[in-house]
Amino acid sequence: MIDLLLQTCINAIYAASFMALIAVGLVLIFGVMGIINFAHGELYMLGAYVVVFLYADNRLPFFLAVALGLIFVGLVGIAMERTLFRPMRDNPLGGLIVSIGFLLILQSAVVMGFGVRMEHIPPPTQVIFHPFGLEGVVLPLQRLYVIAAAVLLLGALGIFLRKSRLGWALRATAQDPEAAALQGISINQTARIAMCIGAGLAGVAGALTAPLVRTYPYMGHSVIVTAFIIIIVGGIGSLEGAVIAAVVYAFVHTFVTTFADGVIADIVGLLLMLAVLVVRPTGLRGTRDRA
Amino acid sequence: MPKGGEAKPTAALWKPALLLIAVYAGLIVLPHLLSFSQKEIAVFLLINVLLVVSYRVLTLTGEWSLGHAVIMGVGAYASALYAKALGVPVPLAMLLGAATAGLVAYVLSFPLFRMKGFYFLIGSFAAGEVIRLLWKRFRDPFGGPKGIKGIPGLSDIEIGTLKIAFWDPVNYYYVCLLVVTLSLVVLYRLERSRFGLTFHAVHWQDKLAESVGVDTRRTRTLAFVVASVFGGLAGALLAHYLGTINPNRFDVEEMVFVLIWVIVGGTSTFFGPIIGVVVLTIVNEMVLREMGVDQARPLIYGAILIASVLFLPQGLESLGPKIKRLFAGRPDRPDRPDRRQLAGEPSRD
Repeated sequence: MIDLLLQTCINAIYAASFMALIAVGLVLIFGVMGIINFAHGELYMLGAYVVVFLYADNRLPFFLAVALGLIFVGLVGIAMERTLFRPMRDNPLGGLIVSIGFLLILQSAVVMGFGVRMEHIPPPTQVIFHPFGLEGVVLPLQRLYVIAAAVLLLGALGIFLRKSRLGWALRATAQDPEAAALQGISINQTARIAMCIGAGLAGVAGALTAPLVRTYPYMGHSVIVTAFIIIIVGGIGSLEGAVIAAVVYAFVHTFVTTFADGVIADIVGLLLMLAVLVVRPTGLRGTRDRA
Repeated sequence: MPKGGEAKPTAALWKPALLLIAVYAGLIVLPHLLSFSQKEIAVFLLINVLLVVSYRVLTLTGEWSLGHAVIMGVGAYASALYAKALGVPVPLAMLLGAATAGLVAYVLSFPLFRMKGFYFLIGSFAAGEVIRLLWKRFRDPFGGPKGIKGIPGLSDIEIGTLKIAFWDPVNYYYVCLLVVTLSLVVLYRLERSRFGLTFHAVHWQDKLAESVGVDTRRTRTLAFVVASVFGGLAGALLAHYLGTINPNRFDVEEMVFVLIWVIVGGTSTFFGPIIGVVVLTIVNEMVLREMGVDQARPLIYGAILIASVLFLPQGLESLGPKIKRLFAGRPDRPDRPDRRQLAGEPSRD
């Protein structure tokens, strides 16, 4: 029993890291541009397919493929900002529609390039740890990569937002774009950076988890729904809220999945979110109502 | 009783009346000109017209829901179960299904209308998803992931030697045409009634509306319930035609289509969503399918979506007046719409 509890905790930590990478990017984009990026799940999918193409098909080293995935998806993010989201800034419905349009484009582009079937990705590492010295509790190294990436990247993002001038500019834009513009902050630049970081985080999450999950062109669907729940529970616009909510949601969802079943876990997760919204209609940490 | 705000001279009513007659003449002849699969698409299109027009009722109050596809599903499931498990005659089951959808919406309105704008959008999504997952989880009575099979259809009618069977898409098309037309008339009158004016007031000036004694929460609830009753009716029409429904038929993808139809069409007029669903269905099902570009279909569809929002932010419905102005020789520039005013942007105050 203690084995199962510890194992479930480890699974939950892994799930929380993974979801935090996705949700924080989504929140950052929303905070700075006031747009909900429905195509965020597809950016995650794109990151996974960079690994499919470079690592599985062309035998490049795994981490090189992951790094290139980060850069590539980040660049896609910049392109999205310039062509799609800039004209739609602070227009949530318009942003929703263009991102749905882009989602369809990305999906069918990948389908045309790679086919609809699931990709087989050889595991980059077979190493498995037993973190508590128990035979029944396992932590594969591949999952540890995801946890480490989440801690490092989100930590770096936190420091960047608090300590650097550019980070201040980003936070100022999120608080009040017009006032930020009056202070000489380029809104276009901060939006570009936010989109690049947010997309890059989703890309890294996809690239690192590609060998662990089912990689196929429609894999973004399941992720985006969970990400929405997390950013709502956390209060849209709050990065800390997103991280807290990712941890809470991951623990609740993993434990209910282990001790009941997956569908019940989804229902519990949604009810948790509804309960938070009923008690605090702007989420745990959300104060502003930009939407 | 004076007709609310429609004191037009009779001469001005001539044109729209003729247009309406022409459209309906076309709609009555239409199914005989189509292939079998196109006839089926025509039936679905009529049902979707009712779906998007009912969706617009809620958007009149400024709230956008992501639960409408599930509400349609509530109507479908309820009507199917009444007819199959309880043996209620199909037409009555459809009406009861629609009423059930309205009732569910009324219950949901208590938690949901604590939220506004974007939070309502996501809250309604969560509530809908919970309902959908319940269908999926509980095999009895909802049939689990495989859904309900063998839903009774409308029973055949025999008048003398004339036998009308409703599995035939042409005959079911006429049933839908009748039901949808009646529903549209009701919804059209509703929007021009006191209630409809209150919906608009709550959308654009909710504080002011409150100050003159309008209960905004009750008004929003009313709009939500009315939208859901007609959305549920659309679902019931669908269930008894298909004969089988499952939870995935009403998932978020279906909802996204509803949103796309409504937004691409535009929501500032009654006919905007209808234009949206008709044009996009024709483009998607007929033009792109005939062109045989199956894998690229979503790609082209996505590009159309992006282009329509970028270049026609007020929807296809704004195209008519634009073309008119073009022919009148006046420049288009002066009243170019402010993009922040995209019709039906969630209320922000």
